[in-house]
Amino acid sequence: MAKILMDGNSAIAEAAIRAGCQCYFGYPITPQNELTEYMATHLSRRKGCSFIQAESELAAISMVQGASLAGVRAMTSSSSPGVSLMQEGISYLAACGLPAIIVNMSRGGPGLGTISAAQSDYFQATRGGGHGDYRTIVLGPSSVQELADLTHHAFNLADKYLIPVIILGDGMLGQMKEPVEFKHEAPEVLPIRNPALRGAKGRPSRYIKTLSSQPIDMEEINWSLFRRYQLIKKEETTYDTFMIDDANLIVVAFGIAARIAKGAIKNARANGLKVGMLRPITLWPFPSEKVQELAQQTKHFLVFEMSMGQMVEDVQLSLEGKGEVSFYGRPGGVIPTPSEVFRVISRLCYQKGLK
Amino acid sequence: MKKIFTRPKSLKKVPFHYCPGCGHSVIHRLMAEVIDEMNLQDKAIGIPPAGCAVFAYYYFDVDMAECAHGRGAAVATGYKRANPEAIVFTYQGDGDLAAIGTAEIIHAANRGERITTIFVNNAVYGMTGGQMAPTTLIDQQTTTTPYGRNMKLEGAPLKISEMLALTKGAVYIERTAVNSPANIRKTKKAIHKAFQTQIDGLGFSLVEILSPCPVNWKMTPVESWQWIDKVLMKEFPLGVIKNVTGKEDAD
Repeated sequence: MAKILMDGNSAIAEAAIRAGCQCYFGYPITPQNELTEYMATHLSRRKGCSFIQAESELAAISMVQGASLAGVRAMTSSSSPGVSLMQEGISYLAACGLPAIIVNMSRGGPGLGTISAAQSDYFQATRGGGHGDYRTIVLGPSSVQELADLTHHAFNLADKYLIPVIILGDGMLGQMKEPVEFKHEAPEVLPIRNPALRGAKGRPSRYIKTLSSQPIDMEEINWSLFRRYQLIKKEETTYDTFMIDDANLIVVAFGIAARIAKGAIKNARANGLKVGMLRPITLWPFPSEKVQELAQQTKHFLVFEMSMGQMVEDVQLSLEGKGEVSFYGRPGGVIPTPSEVFRVISRLCYQKGLK
Repeated sequence: MKKIFTRPKSLKKVPFHYCPGCGHSVIHRLMAEVIDEMNLQDKAIGIPPAGCAVFAYYYFDVDMAECAHGRGAAVATGYKRANPEAIVFTYQGDGDLAAIGTAEIIHAANRGERITTIFVNNAVYGMTGGQMAPTTLIDQQTTTTPYGRNMKLEGAPLKISEMLALTKGAVYIERTAVNSPANIRKTKKAIHKAFQTQIDGLGFSLVEILSPCPVNWKMTPVESWQWIDKVLMKEFPLGVIKNVTGKEDAD
């Protein structure tokens, strides 16, 4: 299929439809409205599909829970303040082992914050976010093409592991236009997960619950989730690298920040500095082993985020003290420029004597 | 010999955990009888609340799925949209439906979602130990209104069924009670009507049931039945609140 020019929010919506998404429920919030509007225009007219503009993000995520119970592919999308409201439902989805896709095109915070792109929801996304002992798979795309590809992948992961999957983008990725190629056609027959809760026909009735009156039962649920998370860590951790082969300084950045960092690294290379980049694609599970592997090559790491520093903690944890971690970040929705990051890189190289 | 009374098929052979004199077990049985009579056991999906009836899935022999406090109407909406052939009901208490889940129930009703809500009103939070509910009466003592509900501080009892009736999407709403054989029979008829409304695809249906909670009311079961008659019904009168199903036989 030929490439078409599309904004990131619409690309997620189109990719979701092509992944067999049957139900979309959402509530308006900037900077992700193009996604909701695309679904209103295109999903609502498809046979068997349903679109609802919900009364709140709480309702939207609960509707997703209902649709997921029925075994269909369901998703919602929002931006930071709205995703905070969804944490209740995400905790229930995790507890019930129900697949769902939650898109967060994040913006500056805390509070109502700004509508400009930020990466300050990293903690919320990668630590579960709601109450209780759980994780979600978190994907951090960095281009419109990757938004489309990872949306398709997210549905497969959610169904494979019966887990909610968060796509953590940002307002800039959502609203910028890039050429995108959709690699899948929408399925003729919408997929229905088996087993799902679709009435006790020809089998005993079933129930799906989260409440356990005995702590020992709840503990077993926790261990069962934990075992699933261990498997996900082993099987599904992904990352991308850029010019790392001879690098003596590794920049670690994800999402849109990695795009900015890439420009800075090219500039640094043109100036003779041996800089490379590790870009985690799965933010949870975090590519800790790759960080450890890189620490055998160099002990100098620079984490760059559009926040006050959140992923930097995962890099430090991964290194277990076997590397020096510097950090540069701009919170609040401020978009740093590649030349700004280049200055940080060149200063760091000078300070550490890296050539 | 002809069998004239038996356990409904849709009710599992499990003793109820409810307190003596509680209305939930009566309502469960009525619903199971209706599900049997309407032949819905294999396509019913139940959404129980957070509250005393959270364990409804231990009793109903139909597919059920628990959800967060107050979100029943939204979960049921998502389910029904994904699988319109199913007959979907929520079972919600007054705190669940009229406090924390107010937004969800009003908008589900307004959209005319083809779901059925069984709304159990006992004027108190049962499971958490008898706190004030939106439906608690003025001057009624609860653990969080120890001096009686004060209109100026806590507002008046919320008539959520009447509010829901204002929405275009709600087509059948009736208030009944389970405090006498006659009222119990009327309740069963109303539940039947509510499910039929969904089967006919007409819109949102709800039955509000005034139900005794002797333990939290600090009454005997008999006193509770009498209190519903003499006090609770004055605030929450029984009868059809709205019926635009085109079939006026609900009474």
